Amino acid sequence: MSKLELVEISKRFGAVEALRGLSLEVASGEFLSLLGPSGCGKTTALRIIAGFEHPDVGKLLVDGRDLTAIPANRRSMGMVFQSYSLFPNMTARENVEFGLRIRRRARAERTARALELLDLVGLAGTANRYPHQLSGGQQQRVALARALAIEPEVLLLDEPLSALDAKVRVQLREEIRRIQTSLGITTIYVTHDQEEALSISDRVAVLSLGCIEQIGAPSDIYREPRTRFVAEFVGTMNRLDGKVNPDGSIECGGLCVAHGVALGDHAPGEQVIVLVRPESIVLEELPEPQAASGDLFEGRIVAHTFLGAVTRVTVSVAFGAVTADLPSSRALGLSPGTRVSVRIDPSGVRLLSIGTSGPGSDGSGPTGGGSGGSGPTGEAESPGEEGSATAGGLPTRSAASL
Amino acid sequence: MGTMKLKGRGWGIFWLVVGALYLLVPLYGMAQFSLETGPHSYGFHWYQTIFDSSQFRSSFLLSLRLALETVAISLVLLVPTVFWVHLRLPRLRPLFEFLVILPFVVPPVALAVGLVGLFRPVTWLVSTPELLAFVYVILALPFSYRSLDAGMRAIDLRTLSQAAESLGARWTTTLRLVVLPNVRSSLLGASFLTLAIVMGEFTIASLLLFNTFPVYIEYIGETKAYPAAALALISFVLTWGAMLGMFIVGRGRGRTHTEVAMTR
Repeated sequence: MSKLELVEISKRFGAVEALRGLSLEVASGEFLSLLGPSGCGKTTALRIIAGFEHPDVGKLLVDGRDLTAIPANRRSMGMVFQSYSLFPNMTARENVEFGLRIRRRARAERTARALELLDLVGLAGTANRYPHQLSGGQQQRVALARALAIEPEVLLLDEPLSALDAKVRVQLREEIRRIQTSLGITTIYVTHDQEEALSISDRVAVLSLGCIEQIGAPSDIYREPRTRFVAEFVGTMNRLDGKVNPDGSIECGGLCVAHGVALGDHAPGEQVIVLVRPESIVLEELPEPQAASGDLFEGRIVAHTFLGAVTRVTVSVAFGAVTADLPSSRALGLSPGTRVSVRIDPSGVRLLSIGTSGPGSDGSGPTGGGSGGSGPTGEAESPGEEGSATAGGLPTRSAASL
Repeated sequence: MGTMKLKGRGWGIFWLVVGALYLLVPLYGMAQFSLETGPHSYGFHWYQTIFDSSQFRSSFLLSLRLALETVAISLVLLVPTVFWVHLRLPRLRPLFEFLVILPFVVPPVALAVGLVGLFRPVTWLVSTPELLAFVYVILALPFSYRSLDAGMRAIDLRTLSQAAESLGARWTTTLRLVVLPNVRSSLLGASFLTLAIVMGEFTIASLLLFNTFPVYIEYIGETKAYPAAALALISFVLTWGAMLGMFIVGRGRGRTHTEVAMTR
């Protein structure tokens, strides 16, 4: 039996439909992330679980018990908020003790527990400091310790790292995962940061317009996106308009771009959307012009974006432009204007039927989605090209704002 | 540049001195007058007369009692109301803000007559000075409400309340353990403002024939010149005491708000 279950939850705020028949099961001890752009309904779902909002329709079950009508203070859900939310009049220790004080535990017991939890989150020496004497990262650790102190049925984290700087964010997310694993506590984590979700979760549910587009292990979400929205929201993706040839190869703009792609249900002659991750594109310098042969075709480098360990390279090809990620050491030799051969690794190609753009259109998710998708931050459309290929997605869908 | 700065500062000091003289010279005159016991002789005789007067003591204690009752009733009524409006009924805030300024636009005479009519069925109350406490709650509403409103606006009330709720606290517990300690300075501010208003309110008390401190001041002012000056100064000291209290609390409030803002 699952630890927590959302059954056909719908919630409307005036004209905005925040959740549309959301169903979800979370196993005991699982770390599930709700990932999606602003306004997709992820925070509403979390607030319904916490008891701060009540669904218009649907049920919330924890260990099979229906908690839908139970007020938040009787649910035993530990919650960590985006805005630290520590009580300013209390020290770190008193903050952690708060839930136990409400439960009328003996002073000695609750102090011991608070100190133990502060130690667990790495703040043993700051028990007597007030929130304003702590950094943002330390405050979130205290908030986490405070949520854990009540031994909650489910730990809920609402974008807890979004107010922190990048380095602290990475440190703290690893720590959250470590603590979650060591305590084995069922956790639901809301974020719009795909890297965060992919790096710490057992499963990720990608939400759009109040529905789950896809739910699965992070690697599945990344490698096997079932809808165009998921493909474009999670990671960077080259999206090409293509066709399945009779020999099973994939053709884009009259060029064969990949052989040996897993075709699935796609029949020869079918128009498809070809999705390719930038790391699945292999570039080699070409000293001389060369006609396309097999699945190799020619391109010219038009732009570089240095990202640290990798460099994102935009290559102009006959049917538009593609984006490839190269180790930065290799990308140094490929300056803009360099002629390159382009090969697409067939194992990194994912095909979608034309029209598989929103929830439910691939038959696997809820129905009623729109087309287009919201791209993750930092993604750029291929510059200066009017071909059918784009790298990454531009935010073309106006998601319902909550 | 430096000369201009010096010039600006010089003018600033000049206007400060002019303002101080405007306020202090009449006070000095009044103080001197209140200390005169004869031609070229000075002392605290008139102050002694005032403090020895049983009417002074009874009227002052009555006003003080009414002030404390008003503060208590105001806080008991307003703290949960403002908390609830902020948390659950934010859309009603403009309505409340309109309602609380009504005491400014209703003339005290109309207010007194109207409230006596309203409280008439409560016979035990109408005949006692405690009626004034209920009237003063309304009179002090614009100040007490705004002070509490500002205090609750300055903290992230919604998140703090939800954090407490998720840890098992009921709203009354949240109010007691989380909200009130964090708006303590605005509670004190509201209390001092109410105290100052009650200690100085004359019209309604006089209309309803209760001998409060301001009514006593007015009576002395009409009948005895020297004690009136002494009493006026005593009244000033009391008002300044309340303002000083607010100032000290205000400094504390500034610090608390900075801490809260940093905590967010």
